[in-house]
Amino acid sequence: MSILINKNTRLVVQGITGNEGLFHSTQMLAYGTNLVAGVTPGKGGEWVLDGKVPVFDSVKLAKEATDANATVIFVPARFAPDAMFEAADAGIPLIVCITEGVAVQDMMRVRNYLDQKNVRLVGPNCPGMLTPGESKVGIIPGNIAIPGNIGVVSRSGTLTYEVLYALKLVGMGASTCVGIGGDPVNGTNFIDVLEMFEHDPHTEKVVLIGEIGGTDEDKAAEFIASKMTKPVVSFIAGQTAPPGKRMGHAGAIIEGGAGTAEGKVKALEAAGVKVAKHPEEIPSLLK
Amino acid sequence: MKLHEYQSKTIFAKYGIPIPKGRIAATAVEAKHIAEELGGRVVIKSQVLVGGRGKAGGIKVAKSAAEAEGLAQQILAMEIKGLPVRKVLVDEAAAIEHEIYFAITNDRSAKKPVMIASAEGGIDIEEVAANTPEKIIKVHIDPLLGLRDYQARDIAASIDLPREHWREFSKIAAGLWQAYLETDATLAEINPLVITKDNRLVALDGKMMIDDNAMFRHADLNEMRDIDEEAPAETEARKYGLSYIKLDGNIGCMVNGAGLAMTSMDIVKLFGGEPANFLDIGGGAGSDKVAAAMKIILSDPNVKAVLFNIFGGITRCDEVARGILVAMDEVKPKVPMVVRLVGTNAEEGRQILKDAKMITAETLADAAKKAVEAAR
Repeated sequence: MSILINKNTRLVVQGITGNEGLFHSTQMLAYGTNLVAGVTPGKGGEWVLDGKVPVFDSVKLAKEATDANATVIFVPARFAPDAMFEAADAGIPLIVCITEGVAVQDMMRVRNYLDQKNVRLVGPNCPGMLTPGESKVGIIPGNIAIPGNIGVVSRSGTLTYEVLYALKLVGMGASTCVGIGGDPVNGTNFIDVLEMFEHDPHTEKVVLIGEIGGTDEDKAAEFIASKMTKPVVSFIAGQTAPPGKRMGHAGAIIEGGAGTAEGKVKALEAAGVKVAKHPEEIPSLLK
Repeated sequence: MKLHEYQSKTIFAKYGIPIPKGRIAATAVEAKHIAEELGGRVVIKSQVLVGGRGKAGGIKVAKSAAEAEGLAQQILAMEIKGLPVRKVLVDEAAAIEHEIYFAITNDRSAKKPVMIASAEGGIDIEEVAANTPEKIIKVHIDPLLGLRDYQARDIAASIDLPREHWREFSKIAAGLWQAYLETDATLAEINPLVITKDNRLVALDGKMMIDDNAMFRHADLNEMRDIDEEAPAETEARKYGLSYIKLDGNIGCMVNGAGLAMTSMDIVKLFGGEPANFLDIGGGAGSDKVAAAMKIILSDPNVKAVLFNIFGGITRCDEVARGILVAMDEVKPKVPMVVRLVGTNAEEGRQILKDAKMITAETLADAAKKAVEAAR
């Protein structure tokens, strides 16, 4: 068992003929992901990855031909919002956007539109997801994790890899690892994923990796205290980061004093979460 | 990217928001001439990208052109929170009846823009927000629909604005929304928006921040960037798409990913060291970017050791290794280097660096410990 992706995931790659798209499609296919189609406008009819994957001009055409049920986006930031709108309009229920640097006003429009369509977005600016042994959607290196019963959710990219790798080194595996991305406006938050892990029979424990800024970790702490029965271990990055250049008065008014690592650690500990001092300490806290 | 007050107000004016008459001056003599044009009574306002200018003495009222010259001279010689004042804005002085706070920003948890207003505007707005939050009005705007007229009227009513000003306020709200939308602002703030003694609404002060990720469609705004107010290394870093923040320690850090970069700093500190910088080379960095990053780190004379922590995903360790070699060849660094490569193409990366004289590490903790030792 797992959440969001498994061996029945039929994946489209938007931007499959670009450098990053092609490189990571090769990796996903090698991992065993059921990669059914690629999309690059103007390159429909071509075949890539040694003739294994057909390319279509649009997501709609790709979905009609392959019955895809998930998409991963590798297009540049200025085209990514359009790619997300396109996938939603084509009826793809799960969109994973890897692209970094999408403008925040674009993301607000995308998110509000996708919510009306009942589409699940993960990211942007995220490493994607990995259900070890079944499916890899995105850029998490497949060889750093093994199958197991620990659910991992993280706002960070590479820091997530550290944690998966640290778990693997002591023989601990993941049910699913979800990188939700660190952008201020994204598709899926901690609570969404915690709720899925709570209901996933194969997930026994959860690792939550947060960082400074925003209030997502504080909300996750409330959710853990009131709704979760499974144990949660956490790490918060940025405990020594100097206070950032602040955002005028409006930011302070909206977020108040929230957002510091110290505040998040306190909130999580009060919710019964064990918080690690550094990522390599996480496996021992899970025992 | 932060804009200066005078830049923000120029944008406001373009969207129909009334601002005081005034111009920017780089010398006291220019300030005097502007004051003469404006009839003598003016406000001299330092233009630096920090808050609290008024409280620091960087904003002064002059009753005559001669006094304006003297005050401009004083202010142009000031440093506010470490930033030298290079320009002053000379504005006609307004007779203020009442001060309102009015802004729009992004509410990340609501995933929507939010308009914020308060009848108690001015320099103490943060105290108002902390102590009497009920005096702060917040109205979320649907990003797919934009600001609706009724929302602007609702805000006017909620802050008890006299009815005679509602029409004008609605125009200002519509202008502020358009300015925010069309510049990809993350903040557009008028504080204060004043009612003058002669019963007009005027935006006396303005502050805007623009989303750096949206700069590709705002070449005109990019030209407004004041690089005098940035550390040169930060400007250089941005040119290469790196995010770099200089700190006070002596261990240079080059990491891929913001979360891992912060974590690497945390661990350096946990093992008794002090990071010299935050540096995220981003996802998918090629060797040229890595070489630029290394030069920026080594341009800091405090750096006694450098820690490279690369966990390859979208970034390939072999590319990073090539960049390290290129930079080492050009810069010929004299400080010890600790390198840890894991993930995508890590083995190829290690092979490339085999003959370079670097300390290698397996785990994150091991890398941090070795860097702390090497810096001693």
